[in-house]
Amino acid sequence: MMLVCYLGLCACCFLCLYRIGRGPSAPDRTVAIDILGIVLVGFCALLGLATGKDFYLNVALAWALLSFIGTIALAKYLEGRSFDE
Amino acid sequence: MSEITGYGLIAVGVLFDLFGCIGLVRFPDVYNRLQASTKCVTLGTILLLVGVAVMSGSGAMVAKALTCAVFILITSPTAAHAIAKGAYASGVKLWDKSVVDQYAEQVRSNRPDGKEAGRAAT
Repeated sequence: MMLVCYLGLCACCFLCLYRIGRGPSAPDRTVAIDILGIVLVGFCALLGLATGKDFYLNVALAWALLSFIGTIALAKYLEGRSFDE
Repeated sequence: MSEITGYGLIAVGVLFDLFGCIGLVRFPDVYNRLQASTKCVTLGTILLLVGVAVMSGSGAMVAKALTCAVFILITSPTAAHAIAKGAYASGVKLWDKSVVDQYAEQVRSNRPDGKEAGRAAT
């Protein structure tokens, strides 16, 4: 059961990587990076459940935060504004 | 009982994640991809985290998983909104078969001289 979940999330990661490599424009890649971050948060939570160690959920929390900040920075760059506006 | 509920939630979450990523690959346009993938993956990951919180017995894991779920629920739509606005401002065209562009009408109505803002208009 857990193996099927791991394989499903791995398939999600590879589909996101396909879109990052193939995406015709920069916003496509930004969307795929955002989605990859959220999928990896779920992966970390699943690893924490399987191993019984709760620091994987700390990793998930920090990853969600950093992914959000990075996506906002990329979106501001796409919009053509500087970061201190 | 909690094990069955947790496994069910995790399975449904992984399925939603998979559908969202298939939408990310298969849809024709940045805005369609954003729409499909953000909604599906947000719901799927929140279900997965709630499933982890149901299955794990310890209080610390439950608290962290639920905090993570609430955080994703707040930040993911915000990031999607920012990406959509950035993509529109950077001049990505809509799909050929898109029928309505209400954001362009709103941008045009906000400017009294009738010109559209941003590089998308040129």
